[in-house]
Amino acid sequence: MSAQLSGILFQLFQSLLVVAIAPLLLGWVNQCRAWLQNRSGAGVLQPYRTLRKLFHKDAVIAHNASPLFRVTPYILFSCMWLAAGVVPVLATDLPFSPAADVIALVGIFALARVFIALAAMDIGTSFGTLGARREMLVAFLAEPALLMVFFTASLISHSTQLPTIVEALAHTQFTLYPSMAFAAIAFVMILLAENARIPVDNPTTHLELTMIHEAMILEYSARHLALIEWASSIKLLAYTTIGFALFVPYGIAEAGNWAALPLALIALGVKLVAAGAGLALLETISAKMRIFRAPEFLGTAFLLAVLGMLIHFLLGA
Amino acid sequence: MQLEDLNIEFHALAGAIPAWRAQIGADRLQPVCAQVRESGGRLLALWGSDERANGQGFALHVALATHPGLLMLSLALDANQPAYPDISAIFPPAERMQRAAYDMLGLCAKDAVDQRKWIRHGCWPEGQFPLRKEFDFTQKMATGLDAYPFIPVLGDGVHEIPVGPVHAGTIEPGHFRFSIVGERVLRLEERLGYKHKGIEKLAETMDALQGAKLAGRVSGDATCAYAWAYAMALESMTGVTPPPRALLLRALLLERERIHNHLGDLGYLGNDVALSFGFAQFWILKEDVLRANGALFGHRYLMDRIIPGGVACDLPPQGKARLLAETEKLEQEIGTLRAIYDEHAGLQDRFLTTGRVSPDRAAKLGLTGLPGRASGQAWDLRAQYPCAPYNELDVRMATHRNGDVAARAIVRVEEVLESLRLTRLILDKLTEGPLTAPVPSAPAGAYGIGMVEGWRGEVLIGLQVGADNRIARMHPHDPSWQNWPVLEHAVIGNIVPDFPLINKSFNLSYTGQDL
Repeated sequence: MSAQLSGILFQLFQSLLVVAIAPLLLGWVNQCRAWLQNRSGAGVLQPYRTLRKLFHKDAVIAHNASPLFRVTPYILFSCMWLAAGVVPVLATDLPFSPAADVIALVGIFALARVFIALAAMDIGTSFGTLGARREMLVAFLAEPALLMVFFTASLISHSTQLPTIVEALAHTQFTLYPSMAFAAIAFVMILLAENARIPVDNPTTHLELTMIHEAMILEYSARHLALIEWASSIKLLAYTTIGFALFVPYGIAEAGNWAALPLALIALGVKLVAAGAGLALLETISAKMRIFRAPEFLGTAFLLAVLGMLIHFLLGA
Repeated sequence: MQLEDLNIEFHALAGAIPAWRAQIGADRLQPVCAQVRESGGRLLALWGSDERANGQGFALHVALATHPGLLMLSLALDANQPAYPDISAIFPPAERMQRAAYDMLGLCAKDAVDQRKWIRHGCWPEGQFPLRKEFDFTQKMATGLDAYPFIPVLGDGVHEIPVGPVHAGTIEPGHFRFSIVGERVLRLEERLGYKHKGIEKLAETMDALQGAKLAGRVSGDATCAYAWAYAMALESMTGVTPPPRALLLRALLLERERIHNHLGDLGYLGNDVALSFGFAQFWILKEDVLRANGALFGHRYLMDRIIPGGVACDLPPQGKARLLAETEKLEQEIGTLRAIYDEHAGLQDRFLTTGRVSPDRAAKLGLTGLPGRASGQAWDLRAQYPCAPYNELDVRMATHRNGDVAARAIVRVEEVLESLRLTRLILDKLTEGPLTAPVPSAPAGAYGIGMVEGWRGEVLIGLQVGADNRIARMHPHDPSWQNWPVLEHAVIGNIVPDFPLINKSFNLSYTGQDL
C-alpha cells in the first residue's frame, strides 16, 4: 500500500471519527454536569438520540425564509467538519495537514459564524437578530484573542501550521514553556465563549431573552436543527482537540509512525474524558455572567495571550 | 389613623380578621381613598357586582388595608350607566382592576387616564359583560382580533421585542412588549389575561360549600391560601369558628405551601443565572417536602385539605416525628445552600442591584407581599392582623430595604426559616380535638371577607351569598394584581437578558389575576 493511499485512508478515518464521536463528548460533558448536580442524568448517548429524533421530524420553515436560511445548516456542518478534520487529532501527517494553518482555522470558524448570523436575521424575528448581535459582540472579541494564543504557540515552533507546532512541542526534547501556560488559560476562556458555554452563554436555557447561540437557531427544526446541533458538538470537539494539539500534544502519532496509532487513540480517549469532566466542573461552579461582562472576560483572555507572547520574548521559552 | 377620622358609619364584619364595612356615596370615594393613602393605607382589591336582581343597580367594592384593619367600601351604582370616580390617581394598582371591572361588568371609571380593555382580548365582543347576571356563558360568541394598542416608544434606535404569550419554557402565558435601545430596556408593557377561564362566573352556579373547591383552584401553587381565605369568608358570614386543632393544621399546611414554593423559587433563581447546582439542590429539598405532603396529608400540593369549618385531613400519629426530622434537615441544608449563594461571586454579581424597586417607589406604586417586604414595605398579615392561630405564634416578619433580586432572595430564605420555626411551634401546640365544625347555610344576602398571607402576599376573597346558600358573587384577589405593574418599573434601565431573572424574583401568578 502506497504511503499516499494510506494517508488518504487515514484522513478519511479521522474525519469520520470526529463526526462520530463529537456527540459523545457533548453527552459526556452533560453527564458529568448531571453527576456534579446530584442528578442521574440522561446518559452519554443522549445527544445521539436527540439527533435521531430530529432527523425523523418534518422541518418547519418560515414562509419568508430565503435559500440562505436553508443552506446555512449544511455550510455550518461542512465548516465544522472540515475544521475538525484538519486538526491533528491522531497523527500529524495527513494529506489535509498543509491546510491546517491556524489562521485558516480561525477563518473557517468565522465563515460559519457569518452564515449562522445571517440566517438568524434572515427570517426577521426579534430573537434571531438579538442573538446574532450578541454573537457578533462575543465573536469579534474572541477571534483576536484566539489568534494571539496561536501566535504564542507559533513563536515556539516558528510555524502557523498545527502539525508543525505539534511536532515541535511533542516530539522534541521535553521542555516547559511558561508562555504556553498563559496561552492555555486564555484558550480555555475562548473555548467557553466560542462554544456558548457557561459563563458566557447557557446551552441548556429555555429563557429566550438570555440566549446568544440558541436565540440564533430558535427558528430551526428537524434535520436543519439536527445538523446545527451536530455541528456545535463537532465545534466543541474541534476546539478541544486544538487545545490538545497546542498544550498536551503527547500521544499524537509522529509522521509515518503507524504503529503509534492505537496508542494515539487511547491517548485521545483519555484526554477527552479528562477535558469533558473539567469542562463540566468549570460550568457547574460558575454562574452565567451579564452579557456586558463578556468583553471583560474576553479582554482578560486577550491580555493573557499577549502576556504569554511577552514572556516568550523575555524568557525565550 | 382612627376609623372615626373618616366620618363614615362602619359596621364591623364578624370573622377572623379585623374588618369593617360601609356603604358610601360616589362623591366620598376619592376623599376617603386619599385620606387612607395619606395615613399609610393601601388598596387591596377592587371589584364589582351585579345587584340588579335585588332591585338595585350595580355595586363597586373597594378593599383598603389600614393599620386598624381592613376597610370594605361599597358604592351603589346606577343600573343603566354604572360609573364611579377613578381612584387610580390615588392608588396606582387600581388601574388594571378598574379596567377589568369594565370588561367584566361594564362599570366605568370616570376620568381614568387608561381606558383600554384589559381582560377581554378578542374573545368576546365589545359591549358584552360576562359577569352581568343576564349573560349566558354557554353561548358561543363571535371572536375578533385583539388589536390592543400598546404604548409606543419613539426615538433613534428604539425597537420593540415582543415576547410570548407562548414561551420556550413550560411557564404560564403572558405577553411582554419591550421597547429597547441596544440591550437596555426603556419600557416594558405587559399584556396578560390569556388564562381567563371564567372562574367568577362559574362560582355563581355553585352553592357556598362547592365554591371552596373552586377557590382552591384559582392558583394551584397557592391553593392553601385561597382555600383558607374562602373558608374564612364563609365562616365569617355563618358565624362558625373552626376547632383549635383545625386552625393549627391550617397554619401548618399554609406554612408548608410557603416552604415548598420558596424553595422552588430559590432553585429557579439559581437556574436563571445558569447555576444549575443550586437549582438541583433546592428542588431536591422541595421534592422531599412535596413527598412528605403526599404521604402525610394525601396530596402533594395540599389541594382541598382546607375546607369550610376546618380541615379535611389529620396529621397521622407518626407525622409529628417525620415533620420534626424534616424541619431539622431543611434548616441545615438551607443554611449550607445559603452560604453557597452568599459567597458565589458570579451569582451575587447577577443578583445585586438587578431589578431594583426602591422603598419610595414601592410605597408609591403599592408593591405588596414578598416583593413588597424586600422593598421595605412591612406588611405581613400574619404579623399585623394575626388571626388564630397566628396570634399565639408571634410571627417575625422578614424585610429588606434594597429591593433588588438579591433582597427578594434573602427575604425568601428568611421566610422559609421562619416557617420552619413556626412549624416546630405548631407541632408543639397541636393537641387532640375535632377537625371540623359544622357549617350552616349562610343567611341570604350575607357578605363575608377572608384574607390570608399566602406565599406571594395577601390573598383576599370577597363572597356574597344569595338565597338557598347559592353564591351571588365571589371575587378572589391575588397580590399579583398589585405587583405586575411594579414589575414593569423594576426592569426599566436593566438589560434585556436580566428580565427573566427579575421576573422570577417576583414570581407572580398569571392565572391568579386572569381568573
